[in-house]
Amino acid sequence: MPDEPVPHDKAALDRSFSELYRTHLRDVYSYAYYRVGNHHDAEDLTEQTFLQAYRHYERALRESDGRPLRPWLIRIAHNLAANYYRDRARRPESAIEDAAVISAPHTTETLVEGREELEEILAGVQQLPDDRREALIMRFALGMDNREIARALGKTDGATKVLLHRAIKQLEGIVGHPEEAAAS
Amino acid sequence: MSTTEFEARLRAALHPVEPREDFAVRLERGLVELRDLAVDELEGWELSAMRDPRNWMRPAVATVVGAGAGAALVVLRVRGRHRRRRAQSTNVLDLAERTVRDLADEARRIFPGGD
Repeated sequence: MPDEPVPHDKAALDRSFSELYRTHLRDVYSYAYYRVGNHHDAEDLTEQTFLQAYRHYERALRESDGRPLRPWLIRIAHNLAANYYRDRARRPESAIEDAAVISAPHTTETLVEGREELEEILAGVQQLPDDRREALIMRFALGMDNREIARALGKTDGATKVLLHRAIKQLEGIVGHPEEAAAS
Repeated sequence: MSTTEFEARLRAALHPVEPREDFAVRLERGLVELRDLAVDELEGWELSAMRDPRNWMRPAVATVVGAGAGAALVVLRVRGRHRRRRAQSTNVLDLAERTVRDLADEARRIFPGGD
């Protein structure tokens, strides 16, 4: 919601937050899902993200200077996900529950082959270093541009571009030559 | 496979994931209730209530998490477990200690790491 002034009364602020929630629920949920790897924890992480966002919404609006708030929301989710791993000392147990199953429809002939390939790519994403994996999730699952990703990760636009390039190259290597690339 | 083709496959693999509808509805309702509760808790507060120790929990929560709307959620959740704590307690002091512990745990859960 760029260029939106900070509402002066509480009711308008709440309406504005509701709009933010409806616009970006899927983004936050998708990010959470690909970070934690299952729907149960993704729901928990999404809930915590919006609670935190609600708590600081007015200040965020003031400080956003009219810029979109999606990177701010994703940054909250990013920080909470980091706490999630730190507190529970774990990473996703299985690559991803069933994400590939929900993807776009395929013909019967290509279904099995296509699904295996997508699962291979998802498994490869999980092997990437944290920052590369997150950059790919933001770019491909959420459709964020370099500038938004840079804001969410607290990096420069240039560093983000390099990060994405390296992430894709490493993932191509993992998918093509799993053993060699994972070690690099 | 070219990088462009690979990116297309990556896009297909990392497609957006829709939350379950019941979750989306429940979360939105929760946020609305949270807003209403916050208004009730913060506007309805009276200093005279401080004379009653049973009301100390609310300002304690406000101190822990700040006077944000999330305080109401902490109160709601801690209050919701009152009956269970009472059943587990051996006396009033034990109940008070359990309540404070529950309160601190819930505040940490809602606001992990603070700000």
